[in-house]
Amino acid sequence: MSNKTFHIGGIHPDKHKITTNKPIEDAGLPEIAYIPVKQHIGSPAKILVSKGDKVKVGTLLADADGIVSADVHSSVSGEVLKVEEIEGEFGYLEQMITVKVEGDEWEESIDRSPDIIKEITLSPEEIIAKIREAGIVGMGGAGYPTPIKTTIPEGKKVEYLIINGIECEPYLTADDRLMVEKAEQIIVGAKILNKVLGIQNAIIAVDENKPNAIEVLRKITRSYVGVNVQVMQTKYPQGAEKQLIEAVTGREVPSGKLPVDVGCIVQNVGTVNAIYEAVQKNKPLFERVVTVSGDAAENPSNFMVRVGTPASYLINKVHGNPAEIGKIIFGGPMMGTSAVNINAPITKLSSGILLFKDDHSFKPEETACIRCGKCVDACPVGLRPFAIASQVRDGDYHEMKQLHVLDCIECGSCAYICPARIPLLDYCKLGKYELKKSK
Amino acid sequence: MLKISTAPHMNSPQDTRSIMRDVVIALMPALVAAVLIFGLNALTVVLTAVAACVAFEYLTCRYLLKSTPTTGNLSAVVTGLLLAYNLPSNMPIWMILIGSFVAIVIGKMAFGGIGKNVFNPALVGRVFLFISFPVQMTSWPKPDFLNFLNTDVETGATTLGILKHIDAESSATKLVGGLENLPDYGQMFLGYTGGCLGEVSALALLIGFAYLLWRRVIGWHIPFYYISTVFLITGIMWLNGGNIQVEPITQILSGGLLLGAIFMATDYATTPMSRKGQIVFAIGCGILTVIIRRWSVYPEGVSFAILIMNAFVPLIDYFTIPRVFGTGRK
Repeated sequence: MSNKTFHIGGIHPDKHKITTNKPIEDAGLPEIAYIPVKQHIGSPAKILVSKGDKVKVGTLLADADGIVSADVHSSVSGEVLKVEEIEGEFGYLEQMITVKVEGDEWEESIDRSPDIIKEITLSPEEIIAKIREAGIVGMGGAGYPTPIKTTIPEGKKVEYLIINGIECEPYLTADDRLMVEKAEQIIVGAKILNKVLGIQNAIIAVDENKPNAIEVLRKITRSYVGVNVQVMQTKYPQGAEKQLIEAVTGREVPSGKLPVDVGCIVQNVGTVNAIYEAVQKNKPLFERVVTVSGDAAENPSNFMVRVGTPASYLINKVHGNPAEIGKIIFGGPMMGTSAVNINAPITKLSSGILLFKDDHSFKPEETACIRCGKCVDACPVGLRPFAIASQVRDGDYHEMKQLHVLDCIECGSCAYICPARIPLLDYCKLGKYELKKSK
Repeated sequence: MLKISTAPHMNSPQDTRSIMRDVVIALMPALVAAVLIFGLNALTVVLTAVAACVAFEYLTCRYLLKSTPTTGNLSAVVTGLLLAYNLPSNMPIWMILIGSFVAIVIGKMAFGGIGKNVFNPALVGRVFLFISFPVQMTSWPKPDFLNFLNTDVETGATTLGILKHIDAESSATKLVGGLENLPDYGQMFLGYTGGCLGEVSALALLIGFAYLLWRRVIGWHIPFYYISTVFLITGIMWLNGGNIQVEPITQILSGGLLLGAIFMATDYATTPMSRKGQIVFAIGCGILTVIIRRWSVYPEGVSFAILIMNAFVPLIDYFTIPRVFGTGRK
């Protein structure tokens, strides 16, 4: 019998997972780290430091401003050079704390020993406090502050905790490698979440295209009660929260509702590892695994990277020749965004940096729709992207509501599959934007 | 200099041109069969139709619409091939030119070009010729294997033509040749039978179908449901005391059913967008094909069945909108 997968739509893009067998390397320290105070959904954190302050690795730089916000810690030790608005990856000015790196001195409170601490002594309330103090946000890309997600609203009951090890974006292998190398940490992290959520069993969902990760996780979960591995059939976008829930449990999150409404919580494996480190090792979230790959990367690799490291530093590491690079993508090729600034920093959400050669950097020319229906087959939400595109072109935003454009998860499957190369995702995004604006 | 663009940053290797190229490749076995069976006349008909369709599309874009010609996407080649496959191999050249003009200029470009036409252009051309030149369109050269320079063409009836007349007056049976002229299954499967040049060899068409499935150009649904519907209905009629006319295997192997089900009822532009709609469309084609073959004055009904169902596509699309994730499930 074939493994489980989601039932509506989906595509099979070329995997390009060329770094799957490359162990995570320490990227080392940049000369200067640019640490944004907003690396999450919500309000920017309030800055606590000023020019000239000495900071250590793990020092709190900015404090969460309200519930929907997250703490930001220093990823390096050294001196704060300035606190000002700097051009980010997309060319917009973002508030960043610039730290000149001097040595590598960590806060004493952080447990740097390699031992894995299995015993969970803290209470659920204390665990959530630890997660909040560590500035943990959803590292799969959404950047939603984790403490909110782990606090179950009154009257709701969680039945399933799904640890998302799908990593369905082509090229990216950061989660894959993390599962291979930090399997036990992730499993203890899952146990911690079991305790917080008051449930007995966590499911680590991994795509079948990651045999190494599956083998390691299966071996270690044997000695743990309450954490299981579920192997999934590879299909894009299985890592999308609602699609993964449907694939694992058969439950559909109703349109406009949250996973918790169907008794599910999904956490990315990177986030779970960060939770382990925060709760058991007292380590805030200031570094993450980043895949640096693409056809313009001579030596594509997986790196453990300090937040605030400029992309250009990593590009040098993989011997990317700046003259050859046509496009730099933060994230994966399906949903990632192309950067305008080669010095833009890695954040808590940067799963990958992809370097594409010039001839892979252009969008193909749009031609006439041939009504092939491939976008309808591909859409994991069951939308009709061709119809949305034509309504957007006509400016008929009222009609668009009936097309459920607001349910679009922006996975890009429609635009990927379209043989006429119509930028269907752009039309869907524009439709969502206009519809929200008119409300 | 960095380029920026919106996501996604990669595309499926399949584009409009590659799809059309795959359809052309899938149609090649049937061309080989046609030349083996009907001689080089078949090749002449095919080349004329393809050249004419491409030329008409080019000229329409260039001089009528004053836009960049769309002939590069190869869809006019597909139309030309399909039109030719629906003609007898002794069709006069000037009639092929008229058919190509109607197919491309009226059937396709008048609606706005690729993707916007309501009816299958090749079938529009074919039906126009069928109504305008009924004699030429129904005089079928007899198969003459490996006689390439088949100049002295002898004509005979098609399988469906024979079947159409067997329950009529005995004189009519004599006229077109009786049951003894019916080909056996093996002959029909390989294509050693009278008919339009591209429709006769089931084997060649099935090879093309396998190629299209492998290349993911079409799904199996439309051909499967179309052919199954014909098989089921004629099967039920046959089991209920029907005569040889409705013998289901002959029904599938004869006439244009396989060509139509695999290559014309699967035309993207003129069929429904959703899987559910495509199945409704295919079943409708099957029902109409049987009705026309059994009860109309024509022996063959695939062209008309597909064209009639083409007209229902907007309605089918309207009633088969896919269910949106997270809505309306019990």
